[in-house]
Amino acid sequence: MPSLLAQSESLFANLDSVLFVGLPYAAIVLFLYATIRRYVSSKFGYSSLSSQFLENKKLFYASAPWHFGIIALFFGHLIGFLIPREILWWNSVPARLYVIELSALIFAILALVGLVNALHRRATSSRIRVVTSKMDVVILILLLIQVVDGIWIALFHRWGSSWFAGIMAPYLWSLFKFSPDISAVKEMPFAIKLHVVGAFVILGVFPFTRLVHMLVLPLSYMWRRPQQVIWNRDRRTTKS
Amino acid sequence: MDVRAQVSMVFHLDKCIGCHTCSISCKNIWTDRRGTEYMWFNNVETKPGTGYPTQWENQDKYKGGWEVKGSSLKLKSTSKAKYLPNIFHHPHMPTMDDYYEPWTYRYDNLFNAPAGDDQPIARAVSMVTGEPMEIKAGPNWDDDLGGSPIYASNDVNLKGLPEETRQQLNALERLVFFYFPRICNHCLNPACVASCPSGALYKRGEDGIVLINQKVCRAWRSCVAACPYKKTYFNWSTGKSEKCLLCYPRLETGQAPACFHSCVGRIRYLGLLFYDADRIKEVAALPDDKIVEGQRDLILDPFDPEVIAGAKKNGMSDEFIEYAQRSPVYKFVKVWKIALPPHLEYRTMPMLFYVPPLLPVLGSTDNNIYSNKTKPEDVFHKFDEMRIPMEYMANIFSVGKVDLMKYTLKKLMAVRVFKRAQTVGDIEMATALETLHAADTTEEEAEAIYRMTSLPTFSQRFVIPPLHREMAVEAYKDPADFKKSVGFGFTEAPKRGL
Ligand code: HEM
Ligand code: SF4
Ligand code: SF4
Repeated sequence: MPSLLAQSESLFANLDSVLFVGLPYAAIVLFLYATIRRYVSSKFGYSSLSSQFLENKKLFYASAPWHFGIIALFFGHLIGFLIPREILWWNSVPARLYVIELSALIFAILALVGLVNALHRRATSSRIRVVTSKMDVVILILLLIQVVDGIWIALFHRWGSSWFAGIMAPYLWSLFKFSPDISAVKEMPFAIKLHVVGAFVILGVFPFTRLVHMLVLPLSYMWRRPQQVIWNRDRRTTKS
Repeated sequence: MDVRAQVSMVFHLDKCIGCHTCSISCKNIWTDRRGTEYMWFNNVETKPGTGYPTQWENQDKYKGGWEVKGSSLKLKSTSKAKYLPNIFHHPHMPTMDDYYEPWTYRYDNLFNAPAGDDQPIARAVSMVTGEPMEIKAGPNWDDDLGGSPIYASNDVNLKGLPEETRQQLNALERLVFFYFPRICNHCLNPACVASCPSGALYKRGEDGIVLINQKVCRAWRSCVAACPYKKTYFNWSTGKSEKCLLCYPRLETGQAPACFHSCVGRIRYLGLLFYDADRIKEVAALPDDKIVEGQRDLILDPFDPEVIAGAKKNGMSDEFIEYAQRSPVYKFVKVWKIALPPHLEYRTMPMLFYVPPLLPVLGSTDNNIYSNKTKPEDVFHKFDEMRIPMEYMANIFSVGKVDLMKYTLKKLMAVRVFKRAQTVGDIEMATALETLHAADTTEEEAEAIYRMTSLPTFSQRFVIPPLHREMAVEAYKDPADFKKSVGFGFTEAPKRGL
């Protein structure tokens, strides 16, 4: 009969593989399937669902800091994932490490301020409450947990930009190569584990929330001609 | 020369009685859904007045339309450099408070209130939140309030007028107003189209109608800020913008748009204009004092063989060209030159033109009794005594050019003097003819203007070209391919995203 201790240990081992292998794959599959399905079957629902028309002032202090913060953080994580070695090289000089860490913290605080303002706005403005869906609340709370946890990690598990390159990037790459290696992640402190799990939960619920708006980011405006003329007769050609 | 056709419009303001039938017929068809309550694709304003949304003509506030920078045209509200940083919060987006909060009344309370000492009342409740509300504004809140110090005096078009003239407008014997019905102008250089980051807005090649693709709109709300006429509206419920579609499903089946069809004053005319698409940019960038004539110049003569050849080259049929030749809009704008575009200084090249109203001349008081001793033929010489300053009219319809406004009003007045000489006979015919010539017109032209103004039949007012929808893509492409994009309508419920 295995001891109680061993039993609980194997439970934790299983839990780790559920959280760091099962959940990520489930989230990625769900994300891909549901996002594409939603785009094909109900394009009308792809919208940023702006509520600026109903409330303008508070939105500025919510949406602007939130987006500038979160987009910078998103690219920060992406770069850490794509070029971990270069990041480690950069961080080898302490001054440069501090620059990265400090700017990441500033963006995180911007994001936090924006999120808190967005939640406050949704709770207090009666017009905004009318256009707030259940999923809006769910996603705002998930994002809030994620951002607070991220700031916690930045403050108490220092120099994330370095250990991310050493631990998280290899783990994420191992997922993408279909040979998951969780030996390093499972030794991480709780806050970091929560951050990983949170990220995949957000990815999984992504297609069922307003977050799909980031996929229709209108970049083509930068090179398109100002006027658009569409012909019905002959061909549907676009001329300027 | 790139000859294109535009379904264009003329509104004859002397005939508008301000009944708002146009607004209601449009609302019943297109904007009776949640999120569209405040949208008035057609609205009728009282001028002088503040309009809808409040002071929409104040582009220092709303930043609509284009401006000339160096040698090119730039949108006032956005640019390729600014649109992304501003996408999270548009700095020039009007809010519901610039329009009004739509409301209804709790009528059920009139029936269901428990017995009590007082009469039950139907309280006003917001159609957005459902909560009781104080009504502070509405879609035509300053209806008929000419001379009001709150509304009329704050009309943006009074800018630049001497203080004394502005004060006089509030004097009782000078009280004056006219109605200004507005729809989307289906512009040749639409700011709404040029501003949309997603490219959801477009102009139809065949007829020039400007539309928003509801499946491509992502609520970046750029068009709402960019349209200087504030004729695109944001649906706060679906998260999509919507605008006047010139009732294209009606036009395609040979019917006039609902607001045209229902117009009680019969002020509306609709027909084709041909224009040279190659020159739009050049004309839109002309200086203020040249742009009105410039736009008139851009419009092509549908009888000119070269224009006809160009039209055919762009796929227009003989029948279509014949409709352009019969267009009442062409006559008003180009032949008679008595219809002018609203606020061309916004440089969107609006294709809705207005015949300005002949406002009454100043009356006088005799022993405190109001009298107007001006003889009909003298009115012609008394433009400077019109109750409403000529500069004001010019600020709306001719980019401040008083001579253009005078030319138009003189011609309209001359037609009246001539018809009066003919039918009433209290003016000498010789005087009438002299008046006609002084107004740069002839007996034949005056007769034609009179007929088109006073006696036109339905089919003379609306010369709706055959748009041959049956010959559009669906006819020779596999319909199944287009089932969800064109021709078979919108197969998806317009439901707000999650
Ligand atoms: C990629 C570029 C992005 C663009 C252009 C964009 C644009 C927008 C816009 C226009 C709104 C509506 C604001 C309003 O009410 O007017 C919005 C809301 C929102 N966006 Fe983004 N967004 C982007 C990226 C992101 C990202 C990366 C996230 C999070 C991971 C995000 C999360 C949100 C949330 C939660 C809201 C709702 C805020 C509220 O409660 O009012 N967005 N976004
Ligand atoms: S009036 Fe406004 S909405 Fe209509 S075409 Fe012109 S710019 Fe666009
Ligand atoms: S229906 Fe005709 S007459 Fe009546 S307000 Fe509208 S435009 Fe004027």
